[in-house]
Amino acid sequence: MSTEAASGNPFDLDLPWCLDDRVAVRPEPFGALLYHFGTRKLSFLKDTTVLAVVTGLAEHPSARSACEAAGVTGQALPAYQRALATLAGSQMIRQRPPAPRRAPR
Amino acid sequence: MSAAPDALAEQFQYGLAAPICLTWELTYACNLSCVHCLSSSGRRDPRELSTAECTALIDELERMQVFYVNIGGGEPTVRPDFWELVDYAVAHRVGVKFSTNGVRITPQAARRLAASDYVDVQVSLDGATEQVNDAVRGPGSYRTALRAMANLAAAGFSGFKISVVVTRQNAGQLDDFAALADEYGAQLRLTRLRPAGRGASVWHELHPTADQQRALYDWLVAHGENVLTGDSFFHLSGYGRALPGLNLCGAGRVVCLIDPVGDVYACPFAIHESFLAGSVRAEGGFAGVWRESELFATLRRPQSGGACASCSAYDGCRGGCMAAKFFTGLPLDGPDPECVRGHGAAALAAAGEVTPPRPAPDHSRGGGPVPVTIGRRRPPAHACDESPLAGFADHVV
Repeated sequence: MSTEAASGNPFDLDLPWCLDDRVAVRPEPFGALLYHFGTRKLSFLKDTTVLAVVTGLAEHPSARSACEAAGVTGQALPAYQRALATLAGSQMIRQRPPAPRRAPR
Repeated sequence: MSAAPDALAEQFQYGLAAPICLTWELTYACNLSCVHCLSSSGRRDPRELSTAECTALIDELERMQVFYVNIGGGEPTVRPDFWELVDYAVAHRVGVKFSTNGVRITPQAARRLAASDYVDVQVSLDGATEQVNDAVRGPGSYRTALRAMANLAAAGFSGFKISVVVTRQNAGQLDDFAALADEYGAQLRLTRLRPAGRGASVWHELHPTADQQRALYDWLVAHGENVLTGDSFFHLSGYGRALPGLNLCGAGRVVCLIDPVGDVYACPFAIHESFLAGSVRAEGGFAGVWRESELFATLRRPQSGGACASCSAYDGCRGGCMAAKFFTGLPLDGPDPECVRGHGAAALAAAGEVTPPRPAPDHSRGGGPVPVTIGRRRPPAHACDESPLAGFADHVV
């Protein structure tokens, strides 16, 4: 799997990100299901850690800090960076303006 | 797309907190009488759910976070409250995809549909030519569908679906269907002919030949995710490479059917009391059926591959479609009637003149659930499967 989103840019962990407004998140025992009402795409989060990362994005100044808050650091980080790149490539998550800080929805 | 990952397929086998999507047949009323209709539709059932019951059901689907409903029928748009129900669902963040033969897709309706992200339309078309289509769907149905497609395209609704049931008669028209989809700015959706409803009577003449199945598989592999299938051809994954999608029978685990009178069945292709899980009109509502039905509990338990367990194709096809087996009179733990290795054809020939179960359009009867067995338990997930996303993330549904 590539660390690059569909745009061809590497996923930047140091930028602020959030879920797209048109994405619904449904927790499941194994993790969660995401559904994008605009693209009609479904994604599967395979564990609760990635769910915590994704749902925490909007409340952190960067994806890296959302990962840290969910306990994802060091050698675990690249796998989550790839997952975030995939989610960005399919518009499930998007960059948000760096400032002012977006209020949690 | 890589093969379906075992880890998630494993999870899905045991069911989800709620369906990913469900099919909701709003009415049995229909202006057409297609020879292969899954729900034997035609006349309205007087016990149909009322508008109030429908909106209450949508409220429940919203609480369960069912992402969207596939609305069908019958012809759902002939219900006088159809647009009201679509608007209600969208307002409650339950997405709507509905299947139509196009009869009510006027220019005005098309503009209304084009305005919403939360509504998708599937126009049914079973021939790329009038002759092939109308032989199955009835005189005038091709023109009705094309008029609807033209109205949707003119309204700027890009990416609506042209939904084709693949038959022996249209299997050679796949490129023509793709060209039609391009012409109208639509996306092609191909689904499997099931021997359900009236389809049980015509399946033997209409289902694709073995050679056509192979050509269809190659065509689907070549076209990848540009063509939707509703995961309906997972039995063809027995040829080798898995097709995009979940590649498992989702009946009662990932999907189910709610019929016009509120009865809940394991899947849209199994309208028969053997697969009746309960009713949304019962005390626990739909959630009660989804969570507590004995039938669904049985479907979610580890399964044995039965006669298929030793077959090398089993990991791909998983024994195929429960409904296809049931309505052709084959045992549920044996091969699919369209098994790519030919075991289904052999089983059908061996069964000879055995009368298969008849589709049961009488929804007033509520027989108890019958234990069924489909597919065997998957091997444990690979320990090295490290990605926190599934391999088929971004699965288009």
